[in-house]
Formats: sequence, structure tokens, C-alpha cells
Amino acid sequence: MDSIKNISVYVLLSVFGIMMLLPFLWMISTSVKSQLEVNKGNIGFIPIEDYQEMSFNGSPHRVKIVKTVGDSSFIHIFNDEGRIIRAYAKVSNSALHHVHRIKFHFENYVKAFNKVPFGRYFLNTIYVTLFTTIGVIFTSSLAAYAFARMRFVGKDAIFYLFISMMMVPQPIYLIPSYVLLNHLGWIDTFQSLIVPWFANIFTIFLLRQQFMTIPQDLFDAAAIDGCSRFGMLWRIALPLSKHVIVTAGIFAIIGSWNSFMWPLVMTNSESIRVLQVGLSYFSQESSSQTALLMAASSFSIMPLVGLFLIAQKQIISSVASSGIKG
Amino acid sequence: MKYKLGSKKLEKLKPYLYILPAAIIVIAFRLIPIFLSFLISFYHWSISGTGRFIGLANYSHLFKDPEFWQSMLNTFYLVIFVVPTTIILSLTFAALLNNITKIKGFFRTVYYIPTVTSMVAISIVWKIIFNQQSGLANFLIQKIGMEPLGWLSESRGIFTLLFAKIGVHLPAILGGPSLALFSIIIVSIWRSLGYNTIIYLAGLQNIPNMYYEASKIDGASKFQQFKDITIPMISPTTFYILMMTTITTFQVFSQVYLMTGPPIGGPLGTTKVILYYIFETGFGENQDLSYASSIALVLFIIILSLTLLQKKFEKKYVHYQ
Repeated sequence: MDSIKNISVYVLLSVFGIMMLLPFLWMISTSVKSQLEVNKGNIGFIPIEDYQEMSFNGSPHRVKIVKTVGDSSFIHIFNDEGRIIRAYAKVSNSALHHVHRIKFHFENYVKAFNKVPFGRYFLNTIYVTLFTTIGVIFTSSLAAYAFARMRFVGKDAIFYLFISMMMVPQPIYLIPSYVLLNHLGWIDTFQSLIVPWFANIFTIFLLRQQFMTIPQDLFDAAAIDGCSRFGMLWRIALPLSKHVIVTAGIFAIIGSWNSFMWPLVMTNSESIRVLQVGLSYFSQESSSQTALLMAASSFSIMPLVGLFLIAQKQIISSVASSGIKG
Repeated sequence: MKYKLGSKKLEKLKPYLYILPAAIIVIAFRLIPIFLSFLISFYHWSISGTGRFIGLANYSHLFKDPEFWQSMLNTFYLVIFVVPTTIILSLTFAALLNNITKIKGFFRTVYYIPTVTSMVAISIVWKIIFNQQSGLANFLIQKIGMEPLGWLSESRGIFTLLFAKIGVHLPAILGGPSLALFSIIIVSIWRSLGYNTIIYLAGLQNIPNMYYEASKIDGASKFQQFKDITIPMISPTTFYILMMTTITTFQVFSQVYLMTGPPIGGPLGTTKVILYYIFETGFGENQDLSYASSIALVLFIIILSLTLLQKKFEKKYVHYQ
């Protein structure tokens, strides 16, 4: 009885897992199909190709038979992009041959990557993500250290002011920040994507909690040895908090990499365009190029999925604890 | 000792220096913008010209603006459908996951993947899934013998469509969210499941085993245990998920921006959500930043009330412990 129950639990969980992954599997399978097969309505997960082909201008071309009369046919001849280059051409049936095979069009990835400057978008995103993450860790460590281990007038008031800012969702800042950044002349610059995100209140909160758990004895001992305040942060607090810093860094990277509405509003030039915005424009410009869109979506999410698979333990355990503590 | 080098005054100032970098950013890019937001909303103002003080005119206009109410209704539909479904499904899967020992981590990882992928890429993929001719959705429902659907281009309500199947003509007001909006709802649920399953799983693991053991001795069935132990014990987590999912669902943007249209928010404005309406008003053709600001503040007040409600509940819970 128990084993049957157990198996059914695994089956249910697997079904759920497939449900969660299905869009990705289909994304990958569509990304390696030829656009012509996609247009034909070849929806399955395996990139099977089934068509008539003939040699035209010295190279093989895909054709579509419109009508066969005796031993010759009227056909449309397509180019690689799926456009008709010759309509209603009359050819002998012996010139046609049937193609039925499984073929992976990995070149879709190269095509999509070169269709718009995705290389630039990637570099821009890495640049923004890198500086934002470093900035967040830097400002948060300093502030969290002061909140956790120093005494000063107005400490609680300032801390609660910070924490209360956490209740304001990001979209609320959008319009006034646009006005402000416009006033500073920062619209359409990297600064507008980086500087406002240099501080993250949740990271300050997280690091403060961590710093508070470090025993005071360690700091006292360091003080006797003549260690400065900054030295205590640098040599004691930070090394003992590596895991929290890595977690905070990972969340900063994910947030920055996936950020969309903000860069959509704040930037316009292609030279500083980030990946998400570039991908969004690409999807609007090439909405009919399904296979290329799927390829572009695939390579856009790969870096973060890779990061997640490497750091999954840390990510999942910190998400899990956020729910319990609230 | 280094402490001696600085005067006492300097030593007192030091903590503020540590806070300074973060404080500058928080003040300049969090605090000031919020006040600015209120200020702008009292003006008739554009980015190039000078403003004119109009008091509450933006707000009174808002209450008469049918597009605002339409987008509020759409957002409301989104919340009503996404939040309960997410709670039920993620609790179910967390409970199942809590029952197994082998490859638990593998399942957790798989479920979490949608959460780390960008909403832009996800929306592009789902838009193609819902494509009428070459999409996976119609392919699958045809496999189980259903007629292909219009998905993102269908402006009729889902209840209208459902009741039309049995020959009942439903008045438009009872039509429910359009099938297009329902497609957005499906994506939003799919996206939020992994995260909430992980949170529920953590909550379930926190329930002391002795309750289950005691009830087992009393002869309780698995279902009774779930109903009388799990659900009450997990209720703080449920409340947390309820609030967090509601707050994030109020801020849906990318799905609508990338999956619908042209024009975005279509068909017939049935997928225009509040955040997209703010975006369109502030950064669309008219660039009416002051009116957009007043809509954003209404959204803010809704979200803030929900957050405060959650905080209040949390305190109570901690108190009872």
C-alpha cells in the first residue's frame, strides 16, 4: 500500500515538474527548428523536417507543391528565411525530392545573436549588474555594520526610516525618479541604471542581522590589539559573514539582470541598452521569427539559470527562511 | 592606539559616516521621489514646460476615468484568480514534496527555475505558446478533443465562453476576465508557483512532528491531519503568501507589455492592468506625468494598506507565540 502511495506522489510531483518545465522545453525545441517548419505548424518537441526540395540556382531550396499535373508540378520556391522567391514555377517531378529527417538548426542561435547587437546588450547588462552588485554590498556592509555594532544618536529612528522605505514598491518610484534623473541630466545614461540601485534596504537588514550574531568578544579582542573600527568590519565582520554576502550578491545579480521596466523607461540609446530591453524590442521587431525569438530567449536566460544551478542551495534556503521570519 | 588619533567629536561622527553612502541613495532615490510624487500629482505638469497647480483635479479626473476603472477591474481579476490558485497549488505541491525523501532537492530546483528567469523571456515564450495557429496551447487542447481557442486575441469573458458552450447567453457584466487576460493569469500563476512552494515547504517543515504522531495515535486519517493540523499550523505562512502574492500581482507589467497587442493592453483594453496604464499615461504619447503620478499613488495606497495589514497580523502572531 505504502509503496503505491509513494509512487503516486512521485508521479504527481513529476507531472507538476513537467508543467513547470514545459514552456522551457518547448522554447528550446522551437529554437532549433527551421522557421519554415514552425510556419507549417510543426509543433511537436522533436525538430522533424518533412518537405520537398529541389536544386535552384545551384543550391538546394525548399519548395511547396501547389498542384501536380501529369509528370510536372507547379511549385513555390522558398529561401532560407521562409520567403517565397519564385511562385508557381513549373518543374518536372523528377527534379523534386522528398526530405524527411531530424535536424537541429543550431545556427538559429548565431542568427538571433547577430540580428540585433545582443553582444552589446550582454556587455551592458554585465556592466550594470556588476556595478550595482558591488555598490549594494559596499553601502550595505557599511550601514549594516553601524546599525549592528555602533551606538549613536538617532540610530533607531534612521533604521526604521530605512525599513519603512521597504514598503514602497519599485513602480512607485518610477515617475518621480524619471523627473529627478531628467533634472540631473542622467536620462539615457548608465548612471540612471546603476546609481539609484546602489543601496538595497533589504540587504542592509540582512547583513545587520548577521553582524549582530557575531560575539562581542571577537571585537573586544581586536580592539585590545589596536584594530580600528573599519579594521573590525574588514577583518572580522565581513569574513565571518561570507555566506550572507554571497547570498545578498546573488539576489542583487538576479534583480539587476532581470530588471526591465526601469531601464525601459530610463534609457533609449542602443549603445547602453540592456539585455531585457533589447530582447523586448527584438520580440516586437521580429514577432514572426518564432525560432529566432526562442533562441534569443534561451540565451538570455542561460546565464541566470546557470548561476541558479550553481548556487541553488543558498538561494532556496534563504528564500525558505524569508517566509518563516516574514 | 588608533582611537587616540581622532578627537572625541570625530569618533562620535564616525557611525554617521558608515551610514552616509546608503543614506544618500535612500534619501535621494527613495525618500525624495515619494514626496516629489505627491507634489507632481497636484500639478498639471510636463517634463519640458512649467507646471500649473491644480490641486486635486488629477484625482477627481481619475474617478471619472473609465480607462482607470477598466484597468482596476482587470487588475482585480488578476488578483482574484492568481492568488487563491497559487495558494492552493503551491500548498498541495509543498505537502506532496514534504512526504518524500528521495530527490526532493531535484524537484525543488525544477520548480524554482521559472522564478529566476526573466519575465521578458518568459513572456515571449508564452506569447508563442498561446499563438492561435502555431502555438503549443491549441496543439495540446486539440489533442484532448477541444476546439482551438483565440487565447490572447479573445476579448470575450471566460464565463461568457463557458456558458455559450451550454447555450446560455450571459450578460456582459458577468463575463469575467477576457480569455486574453486569463492567458496572462495562467502565466502569472505558473511564474509564482515555484517560489511559494518553497516557502510553504519551509513552513511545513516547521510544524512539530509530535502533533502528527499524537493524532495518529488517536486514529486520525491523513486527510483529517491535513485539515486539522497542517492548515491551521501553516496559516501564518498562508497569510504571508496571500499578502506577498497580492502585492506582486498588483504590479504585473511585463506579461501585459510583451504578450498583448498591438495595441498593448488589448484586445479592447481587457488586459490593460494598472501598472501598464501608469506607464502608458506617463511615458506614452501624452507624457502626462502628473496624472500618471496620481494613479501611481492610488496604487501605492492600496499596496501600503495591504502591507500594514500584514505587519499588524504578523505582530499579533508573534505575540501569541
